Amino acid sequence: MNLQFVADGLLAGSMIGLGAIGVTLTYSILRFSNFAHGDFMAWGAYATLAVVGAIGAMFGKIAPIAPLSFGWPLIVALIIGMAATGLLALALDMVLFARLRAKGQAIIVVMASFGASMALRSLLEFIFTSRPTYFSRAIQIAMPIGFGIRITPDQIALLLLTAVLVLGVHLLMTRTQTGRSMQALSQNAALARIVGIDVAKVVRVTWIIGGGLACVAGVMIGMLIQIRPFMGFEMLLPMFAAAILGGIGSVPGAVLGGLIIGLAEAGAVQLIGAEWRAAISFIILMAVLFVRPIGLFGVGER
Amino acid sequence: MDLLGYGAFFLTTALIFSLVTLGLNLQWGLTGLFNVGVAGFVAIGAYTSALLTTPDDAARLGGFDLPILVGWLGAMLVGGVAAAITGIATLRLRSDYLAITTFGVAVVVQLVALNAQTLTGGPFGIGFIPRPFGGLAETPLLFNLSNLAVVSVVTLIVYLALEHLSRSPWGRVLKALREDERAAISLGKSARFYRVQAFAVGGAIMGLAGALQAHFTGFIAPDNYLPALTFQVWVMLIVGGSGSNIGAVIGSILVWAIWAGSGALTSMLFSPEQQARAASLQIVAIGVMLCVILLVRPNGLFGDRPRRPRFGKRARVAPSESGS
Repeated sequence: MNLQFVADGLLAGSMIGLGAIGVTLTYSILRFSNFAHGDFMAWGAYATLAVVGAIGAMFGKIAPIAPLSFGWPLIVALIIGMAATGLLALALDMVLFARLRAKGQAIIVVMASFGASMALRSLLEFIFTSRPTYFSRAIQIAMPIGFGIRITPDQIALLLLTAVLVLGVHLLMTRTQTGRSMQALSQNAALARIVGIDVAKVVRVTWIIGGGLACVAGVMIGMLIQIRPFMGFEMLLPMFAAAILGGIGSVPGAVLGGLIIGLAEAGAVQLIGAEWRAAISFIILMAVLFVRPIGLFGVGER
Repeated sequence: MDLLGYGAFFLTTALIFSLVTLGLNLQWGLTGLFNVGVAGFVAIGAYTSALLTTPDDAARLGGFDLPILVGWLGAMLVGGVAAAITGIATLRLRSDYLAITTFGVAVVVQLVALNAQTLTGGPFGIGFIPRPFGGLAETPLLFNLSNLAVVSVVTLIVYLALEHLSRSPWGRVLKALREDERAAISLGKSARFYRVQAFAVGGAIMGLAGALQAHFTGFIAPDNYLPALTFQVWVMLIVGGSGSNIGAVIGSILVWAIWAGSGALTSMLFSPEQQARAASLQIVAIGVMLCVILLVRPNGLFGDRPRRPRFGKRARVAPSESGS
């Protein structure tokens, strides 16, 4: 068996894992599974693409940085895109989710997120049409790194970026006051309020982290595959599966879950064909629900 | 004459939607089970019935050439079993897991429909599905009216059966579980067992609706069962008011009228190359409508009496806090 699937799986797993962090945080802190999270990815990718276009219009053509396919415009655009996606998530929470949460029925919020997901995705389709677009049409030469694995400079850069982001979120969650408040709120909401944790602030931070990471995942998909309005929606099942496999509320769990699903998908593509890729996450999801519903790093339901 | 024919065609489609919505109402409105994979269960019914009733086809499995009625029963059976398995897997867990799993079911069904060529005909779908009163196809008006009659009768039977069920002791247990799970369990009712039953019956009704649709159009393809279908059915139920069977039927007809009407409007207003974009705007409008109704009038037109406002979560947390 060709070991190339390891590199492909790690890349797919990074995209899934970055998305799953947002899903798992929303689920554990706001207590609902957000079906619009995949569409944050797509909005992030399109927002970044739009900023790249605007920079191109202002400064003309900019040469890419040595071995990579992109230059500083994409890096700047990604940061702006992350902020924009975080703001989108905040806005959606303000207009829709927060009001429904106040009414008190958790599952209604899930339904609203399903409606919002449809509306967000179709709005992208309306603005940009369903035709796929790309950040760059340049073809990069993949270089061999041993064991029959080939990888492009872009892919290495994205893997490094993922590692940095995951480490950053992990440190934020465990070493800062904000992160500890987030954990407190997810473990016992009533008690967290009693000790005076600013719930509104924790909710804001949750959406901004989730939205920002979704944007990075969307841009990764855009750079390695293509940008389409449906790109995020198709990631929804792998993201949910990764979050549940890792254990709801656990950031390292979400990333590990994402990597496991990414590797399983890439391996399965070699064995049974690419058209069945999407079924892998479903099989893993069902297996987890039957065998260990709290996931790898999960704690029992409270 | 044309108008009458179109009216019959419109109503037939709307009533098939009402059947799906009635199935969802049993699952969500009566029992509080969240199903995001409606399209998957409809597709299972449609494909089952098509496989059972089409003439033999060398390119794929079967074509068993059985009577249409057998196809319908098969669709209900397979749809119900699929829903029961989904329920058994997830109903002991938090309600969100059921939502995620049903979403996965719809994705997998779509995948099988697209890729398992020997079973489903792949992207080209299955044609030559026998139609009731197919002999009347020469005179479209008579054909449409007779199909409307068939679909109306089936919808009426399902409606009456569901009305009876929701008033029966069985239905009262489901409502009790929805309103106060702990009280119902303390009376000795197994929550999971009743919920699996309700979910399975709902799945069977969705399967039947899929079969009716397949036999009405005579052709099915994977594209008929995209997530947009699930979404439409949810909007129909929420507009009509979840918990009410009559609301489910009227909501379906109303939303389908809005959908078909706005579709006709966009095809008049926009040039052919802009049609696809305009169609996506239609979905945006319906999505916004769903969110607005949830915010402003969560009980829809005919909704059940308002439920006591409380968090499912908080209700569960409360005893452990007072107990410790």
